[in-house]
Amino acid sequence: MNTLIEQYRRDFPILQGNDVIYFDNAATSQRPVQVMEAMRGFNDTCNANPLRGLYAWSVEATEAYERARETVADFIGAAHAREIIFTRNTTESMNLVAYSYGLSVCRPGDEIVITVMEHHSNILPWQMVARQTGAKLVYMEPLADGTLTDEEIESKITDKAKIVSVGHVSNVMGVTNPIRKIADAAHAAGAVMVVDGAQSTPHMPVNVRDLGADFYAFSGHKMMGPMGIGVLYGREDLLDAMPPFLTGGEMIEYVTRESATYAELPHKFEAGTVNATGAVGLEAAISYMKKVGFDLIMGQEELLTKRLMAALKEIPEITVYGSSDPTRHCGIVTFNIDGCHPHDVSSVLDTEHVDIRAGHHCAQPLMKFMGVGSTARASLYFYNTEEEVDRFAEKVSKVRGWLGYGN
Amino acid sequence: MEIKQLYREIVNEHNLHPSHKRNLDNPTMVLQGINPSCGDDINLQLKVKDGIIEDAAFNGSGCAISQASTDMMIDLIIGQTKEEALKLAGTFMGMIKGETTEEEIEVLDEAAALQDISHMPARVKCAVLGWRTMRQMVEELNRQEVKDADVTAAGSSECGAGPCGVK
Ligand SMILES: Cc1ncc(COP(=O)(O)O)c(C=O)c1O
Repeated sequence: MNTLIEQYRRDFPILQGNDVIYFDNAATSQRPVQVMEAMRGFNDTCNANPLRGLYAWSVEATEAYERARETVADFIGAAHAREIIFTRNTTESMNLVAYSYGLSVCRPGDEIVITVMEHHSNILPWQMVARQTGAKLVYMEPLADGTLTDEEIESKITDKAKIVSVGHVSNVMGVTNPIRKIADAAHAAGAVMVVDGAQSTPHMPVNVRDLGADFYAFSGHKMMGPMGIGVLYGREDLLDAMPPFLTGGEMIEYVTRESATYAELPHKFEAGTVNATGAVGLEAAISYMKKVGFDLIMGQEELLTKRLMAALKEIPEITVYGSSDPTRHCGIVTFNIDGCHPHDVSSVLDTEHVDIRAGHHCAQPLMKFMGVGSTARASLYFYNTEEEVDRFAEKVSKVRGWLGYGN
Repeated sequence: MEIKQLYREIVNEHNLHPSHKRNLDNPTMVLQGINPSCGDDINLQLKVKDGIIEDAAFNGSGCAISQASTDMMIDLIIGQTKEEALKLAGTFMGMIKGETTEEEIEVLDEAAALQDISHMPARVKCAVLGWRTMRQMVEELNRQEVKDADVTAAGSSECGAGPCGVK
């Protein structure tokens, strides 16, 4: 085993002293002790309501919170920290764009273009916008291996498009979508490009400007940060022109009995007391990720995915979905075992201390498109090991027996 | 019971070789039961005559637990009155919630093996799907009967109104 990996793995208390194989990292990743320590540090030294108090602790809390924002801006290549809105998670970020931007710009006859691969959090908000404005929701469809072809992109993104919203990495197929190409098509059509980055930020360097993303959403908890903190990046001119999503405290400049003027970016979109502890935790997660480095992260994921897909190929009753090329999976391997319902697969694997996801992965339109009711999904992260992959494959090969086949 | 043992001893047999997975010729009532989040989907068919469940069958697809639990349920309810079937459903639901004693669940026979599902919250929906659907059907049948009885009663009081009714 890679000694560096071994060393980093020790930073994760939950991965010590047990034989659990945690292969559900796409649902939520584990957190290193450094993240918990950073949050603890905030709690123990400067916990106060940021942006409100006029005393030292509150000022320090504000500084810590705003420093986290700078770190996030730098992490995804935003031009300004003003373009970083803290939310609870990707879902909230997507809803913010849909309610504040989508409802403002869409008119009857306009089109909102997404793909059939999207997570429900990148479908339902647009269904809402379509319903309320009379715009039409258009789906791009990939090939069986997850590829979105140029023809598909060009034929679906027309001058009618106002919004194009696509997942950077599919949480089922694991494929990375050609965001730059799609963004160019969107911009040529006069639409804005929204990107769901929930599954990309944990695995690859992201630069929103290189990608051509006008909005970019992601969750802290999938990239070693805490639950309850997420991010929406938005281009400054777009955010400036948008009405607030939630209203109340913190997001105002001036309030009379009848009306209010709103605070400047980014606070206009952060109504109420913020999750400063979470932001500090996310900052620590980003620092940790930088320390590990994407070379190591991506290298280890590729090594493990190759090994896993090769092992699963040896089991004739297993179907793996998406590309046959392990480098196109971002550590996400979705599969089915002939005759076995994924929930039964997950339940018997649970008794062997193997944690995987089973079900529709919040992507029911994709399940339907793939012609399956549900699937099992193993999703890896850099702290997983070859030994875990081998043990996993060996256990998976026994599942049919446990479920009564060939006994 | 450990879950692998549960599958081995009870669930697999009913899932892979169900006794009641077929279509009835003239069912009194058919109802689809689904767990949208799992994709479990059963089609339950009852034949009821004079308040007795004469026959029952199911079709559909889903996880082994939903399929096996439905098959075992049908073993139990064939030949029972509707009221007995509802009582069994109550006992089964109670067992899954961990609210019953060992004696109380003896009537569930093989289906009592599913009691450990109460420790697996994610699988509860699968285990109760068949039972929930059956209960809905019987309750609906009862409602229809009451309605029919009301109509008859209303009819008779109309024609039998007044002293002529007392002959
Ligand atoms: C592609 C994708 N988008 C969005 C989400 C939603 O993330 P969250 O639940 O953190 O809002 C997920 C996570 O489940 C995801 O995988």
